[in-house]
Amino acid sequence: MSSFKQKLLNAPYAFWSFVFVAIPLLMVVYYTFTDKGGAFTFENLKILLDKKYISVFAYSIWYAFLATVICLVIAYPLSYIISKMKSVFQDTLMVLIMLPMWINLLIVTFSWKEILSNNGIINSLFEAIGIGKVEMLGTSFAVVLGMVYCFLPFMILPILSSMQKLDKSLIEASEDLGATKINVIKRVIVPLTLPGVISGITMVFVPSISTFYISQKLGNGMIILIGDLIERQFSVSANYNVGAAISLVMMILILISVAVMNRFADDNDKGGA
Amino acid sequence: MSNKKNILELKNITVSFDGEKILDDISLSISDKEFVTLLGPSGCGKTTTLRIIAGFLEPDSGDVFFDGEIINSLPANKRNVNTIFQRYALFPHLNVYENIAFGLKVKKVPKEEIKQRVKEMLKLVNLEGFEKRSISKLSGGQQQRVAIARAVINKPKILLLDEPLAALDLKLRKDMQTELKNIQRTLGITFIFVTHDQEEALSMSDKVVVMNEGKIQHIGTPQDIYNEPVNAFVADFIGESNIIDGVMLDDFKVKIEGVTLQCLDKGFKPNEAVDVVIRPEDVDIVHREKGLITGVVTSVTFLGVHYEIIVDVNGFKWMIQTTDESKVGDKVGLLIEPDAIHIMKKSKYSGLYGDYSSFSDEIDEISNPDFGFKED
Repeated sequence: MSSFKQKLLNAPYAFWSFVFVAIPLLMVVYYTFTDKGGAFTFENLKILLDKKYISVFAYSIWYAFLATVICLVIAYPLSYIISKMKSVFQDTLMVLIMLPMWINLLIVTFSWKEILSNNGIINSLFEAIGIGKVEMLGTSFAVVLGMVYCFLPFMILPILSSMQKLDKSLIEASEDLGATKINVIKRVIVPLTLPGVISGITMVFVPSISTFYISQKLGNGMIILIGDLIERQFSVSANYNVGAAISLVMMILILISVAVMNRFADDNDKGGA
Repeated sequence: MSNKKNILELKNITVSFDGEKILDDISLSISDKEFVTLLGPSGCGKTTTLRIIAGFLEPDSGDVFFDGEIINSLPANKRNVNTIFQRYALFPHLNVYENIAFGLKVKKVPKEEIKQRVKEMLKLVNLEGFEKRSISKLSGGQQQRVAIARAVINKPKILLLDEPLAALDLKLRKDMQTELKNIQRTLGITFIFVTHDQEEALSMSDKVVVMNEGKIQHIGTPQDIYNEPVNAFVADFIGESNIIDGVMLDDFKVKIEGVTLQCLDKGFKPNEAVDVVIRPEDVDIVHREKGLITGVVTSVTFLGVHYEIIVDVNGFKWMIQTTDESKVGDKVGLLIEPDAIHIMKKSKYSGLYGDYSSFSDEIDEISNPDFGFKED
């Protein structure tokens, strides 16, 4: 194929990327460094050094971190168990894991809001057995729970796929060489599935740190994350400049964390499975 | 043989997968320091036998004895046995040193001792200076050496080798055969070697176990199984052979192609139908009148050391290897000495092998690792 033809085929994609990715990003940068009148300024970023904003950033990172760790703790052993099952069960469980992904995130979040509410199914149960109502909505527990529920599949799938790709003869070889079950996991399975873990972590951490819907609905307005801040700047205060500045800072935070993760993956993935 | 100690014994081992019998009543004794080869076509159960010895698989019935003790359900990591896997199964995330040291590390051997022993191993397999090399940057032959070092560093009593040379090219395979044999002598341990390559089996082993369809067909020294195969399958699988229907008239007298020949076998019923094996190199082509049997030459192939000549005798095609040239279409006589004739009892393999009518196909099948039952 001639290079002209190739370029022609690339054109729609290039056009799409330019209009819907590059221009919006440039606009974010433009708004960040201008005031309402369009004059150049650092003010929008300076505002973010305020304690109020710093604490929102810190909380967002903390909650995303918690959700990621919990997802990992659930997903890793689960993937290990699934990968050892017969392929019929593996396929069935894969569908069950992916099912929540097919349901709109808003609906899932709303359902959790109902379940956790004061008149929800859990509190009704608590009351029936005499524990009494427990306020759950608006707690960090509810927010992290929502994140874990919504993003768990993104942790399981890459880990599971790296477990399934793992050459079984490597496990046999390590047993043959005298390794106990724990040693096999520690010295062979974990290092060889690390690339899956890294991509799982990235895929849970990034949406968790930027979510606003989960924190709004399950946080009941008590918990404000970066996503909420951005949403408010645009829809409530109509302050595009500060909103853009927060977005930019968040993007940089995500970029840094992804870069760190990938660096970590490169160091450990010698040769791959 | 009887004064030697049996290090490993399999007694009536049976294994089935999904109702299909993979191993059917396998019994086998292996002495200390012996080089034993499990030989057979793919699917014959040789790898399954190896997996039972290694501890990756428990037999459905039967017992595995190691040094006189039953070890049926002893897990692989507690057995004094190490394996060299078919595709080596080297750890891709570890370098050469770490791969070889793996077995000692998990057993918490002191660091200094590990260093020392890895060094010795690298010397044994001629890979000094490769410590830091990544596995993916090694050639097939080098990976093979790392696999050997990684296994024998644990000082196993038995080393299991699952078609270790199958992935190497011919030249390298020959070199590794010699090297493996040397390593076995140096270490003085038992090798159990799995292969589908009969030449490899004959040249390396003290004892060959020929397997087919989950059963042991023949156990013996390379000379035994070549000179005195028990049935048509073994005769055909080991080397080239003409297998002709015959009738045992009396002790030392067998009739084939309407001719009575002298032989060295006895103990058959009078007029018992038998399979007669005659190796291609044991037949002489002589003048028509001097031959015991007569036929027509249908193909002549020059192979350097000798000619490979196909002679049609009443529709049955004999393969003959001789240094004398013949021409296609020659009417020739065949001369067979009594000691060249080996008589076998009829078995379920009778009539399936030993005719060279489809000569070129046969060559392909034997050099093909998936060689199975494709007789036509």
